[in-house]
Amino acid sequence: MTLYYFQRLIEIFPFFLKGLWMTVAVSGLALLFGTILGFALGTLRASNSRLLKWPIGGYVAVIRGTPFVVQIFIVFFILPEWGIQLDAFPAAVLALTMLGTAFICEIVAGGIRAVDRGQWEAAASSGLNIFQQLRFVILPQAMQTILPPLVGQYVLLIKDSSVVSVIGVTELTRVGWVTVVRIPEGLMVFSLVGLLYFAISYPLIRLSNSLERKMAVQQVRL
Amino acid sequence: MLEGFNFRVVWEYMPFFLEGLRNTFLISIVSLFLALVMGIIACACRLSNWKLVRGLSIAYIESIRSTPLLVQIYFFYFGLPTLGFRIPEIQTGILALMLNSGAYIAEIIRAGITSVDNGQVEAGISSGLNYFQRMRFIVLPQALGVTVPPLLGQSIVLVKDSALLSLISVLELTRCGQTLTSERFMPSEAFFTVAFFYLCIYFCLKTLADWSQKKLIFREAY
Repeated sequence: MTLYYFQRLIEIFPFFLKGLWMTVAVSGLALLFGTILGFALGTLRASNSRLLKWPIGGYVAVIRGTPFVVQIFIVFFILPEWGIQLDAFPAAVLALTMLGTAFICEIVAGGIRAVDRGQWEAAASSGLNIFQQLRFVILPQAMQTILPPLVGQYVLLIKDSSVVSVIGVTELTRVGWVTVVRIPEGLMVFSLVGLLYFAISYPLIRLSNSLERKMAVQQVRL
Repeated sequence: MLEGFNFRVVWEYMPFFLEGLRNTFLISIVSLFLALVMGIIACACRLSNWKLVRGLSIAYIESIRSTPLLVQIYFFYFGLPTLGFRIPEIQTGILALMLNSGAYIAEIIRAGITSVDNGQVEAGISSGLNYFQRMRFIVLPQALGVTVPPLLGQSIVLVKDSALLSLISVLELTRCGQTLTSERFMPSEAFFTVAFFYLCIYFCLKTLADWSQKKLIFREAY
């Protein structure tokens, strides 16, 4: 019987690859938007302006303090009440982007704060304006602190994308969930799903670890 | 935005929400305790000199860290019955949470133990302390300072992760929100209340984590 189910599973394997593609699409888009917004908000947050500190801090706290399932239910069920009708896919990308933005904002703000004050002063006295200071002096140095946890955050985001299966996006987890009804071998089906997630996440985890080592070496060299 | 917010329904369902809150608490505390035990065992195996034991624990930690928790929950939820184990959903959920957090806690503890300088251990050996005395009097007191704040961080993650158990119909906080949504179709009342409770838990634990960090930094300086 197990062998028969195994053959069935191999037959519908392309379905799993489609799910994997959907996972990559949802989390890839969220990664892209989340990184852009996260860098923008993180830079503002590191500016220590009180006017910006509270709203951004509040946003980050709300996102970090609530489970992602609750956030996705809020985006999917409550936005329509306010007149914003979203399909499952854009809703998933929106919720994941909101999540990614909050976490990346914290990482970026931490990285910028870790740069020595003297660097800002030196850049300012070289006659660079605020954007040039950030672009040519501060961010390149902050990247050393930012990059390893940023890649780690990407892994978390890809894993969190499994939760969007609850609103019916047919990504990898959803495919497993649909399959297990027809092929009642839970261990087999979800091992396969796990293996496919492993195939994306594990290289990224290794990358994050090696970046961390490399950055540590560079800092010693400075 | 919230002019239609129906406080009466929230009040009417309050006992129900409080029951969910209590279950979330219980699930988190039990899983946290079991995950600590699991983490200590996994970490001890990870640092062991036996290759086989070390390999097994690395395989456990890496496979947990590179797959989503939701997939792990479904793995046990759909997988255990095919192996002939029929246990209630809540126990399946606690099992998944325990194994998931256990892997992260193992890494936290390992980081704490390896942060203690090797010279300290050597000094312990030359003072004639045996392995357990060295652990008890030299390594652990120093490692605790590095471990406690991230452990509290992990417990925040655990509370949020327990929300995923709602998807295998365990009656906890998020499930209460889903029930209210399906019974009265009032998603904003349901999920904003749920989010509010999670935020309360988050701020309590966050304050505790920040406080412990401050305390422990003071100890380090001393």
